[in-house]
Amino acid sequence: MVELLVGVFLLFMIIGALIALETTDLLSAVISMGAVGAALSICFLLVGAPDIAITQMVVEVLSLVILIRATIRRDLTTIEGDRDFFGLMATLAMICGLLIFGFSAFLRLPPFGSPAMSQSFQAPARQYLNCGLKETGAANIVAAVILDYRGYDTLGEATVLFTSILGALAILRVYSRKKKQ
Amino acid sequence: MSLVVQTVTRWLKGFIFLYGVYVILYGHLSPGGGFAGGVIVASTFILLTLSFGRERALGKLGKLMASELDSFGALLFLLIAVLGTAIGGTFFLNFIEKNWPTGNFHLFSAGIIPLCNIAIGIKVAASLFMIFIILAVIRVQEVRGKRKLITTEKRRKER
Repeated sequence: MVELLVGVFLLFMIIGALIALETTDLLSAVISMGAVGAALSICFLLVGAPDIAITQMVVEVLSLVILIRATIRRDLTTIEGDRDFFGLMATLAMICGLLIFGFSAFLRLPPFGSPAMSQSFQAPARQYLNCGLKETGAANIVAAVILDYRGYDTLGEATVLFTSILGALAILRVYSRKKKQ
Repeated sequence: MSLVVQTVTRWLKGFIFLYGVYVILYGHLSPGGGFAGGVIVASTFILLTLSFGRERALGKLGKLMASELDSFGALLFLLIAVLGTAIGGTFFLNFIEKNWPTGNFHLFSAGIIPLCNIAIGIKVAASLFMIFIILAVIRVQEVRGKRKLITTEKRRKER
């Protein structure tokens, strides 16, 4: 049942992404990307990842608001001009390569519902699930993993966010330093 | 924005803010955590910006204050990690007793994990609000028949 629902939502997401690519109206493209994100959030919820679902939903809403508010104005909502031939051909070749790669990778995937990291007996995932509550004291196993076992990862993510804000501030600040002098 | 949006914002902003704080504080017990809660807190200020304008939102959380909070959150997170080295000899060691002062499944438990969640929440909220402010400053406008990227401060001056 869950797999069927996830399949339906995946189909919906593919259709939404295609509409976002093909439409000439920027506002419709942004809104269909938002629909794709909402469907992805429901998919996460269906396969049992409420943490990721909450984060995905919230970030999707925020990015939709930022995209609409910051990039779309009354003028400049349509895309003009044709695509050039070389770019189209390069894109098609790229997509063909990705399809072949994706299909051959798909054949080697473990079956749905039994992730590769839990197959062997000493797998880290098994250790986290069995001893997570005792070793960290956190009832939410996701928080235990990202803030205790894998603290380095979260520190790296925080650094990435900090650096990107720094770069955005440096590029988009109102007055450049030269003008001030 | 219209009167309806402004009235609804005036009623709801406190509840949305409180919900974000709840998601941050209970990140180690229920789904959520520092990142999701921080985004919800930031969305409160973005809602204020959208309905009442930039000045009202910046009056609540100024640009300087936001950048200071951003750096403070990142430094607090790093400080917790380094304290693990100082106390127990391992980076990111959970140096507080896990069941202190109350047992598992309570708000005050799980050692450093709630503290890390709070640090990340502060950092994410401040930085996402800053992203929105600096992106909303820039506008596309026609200046003498040409499309140009200009800032709102500049536009106000030209008027």
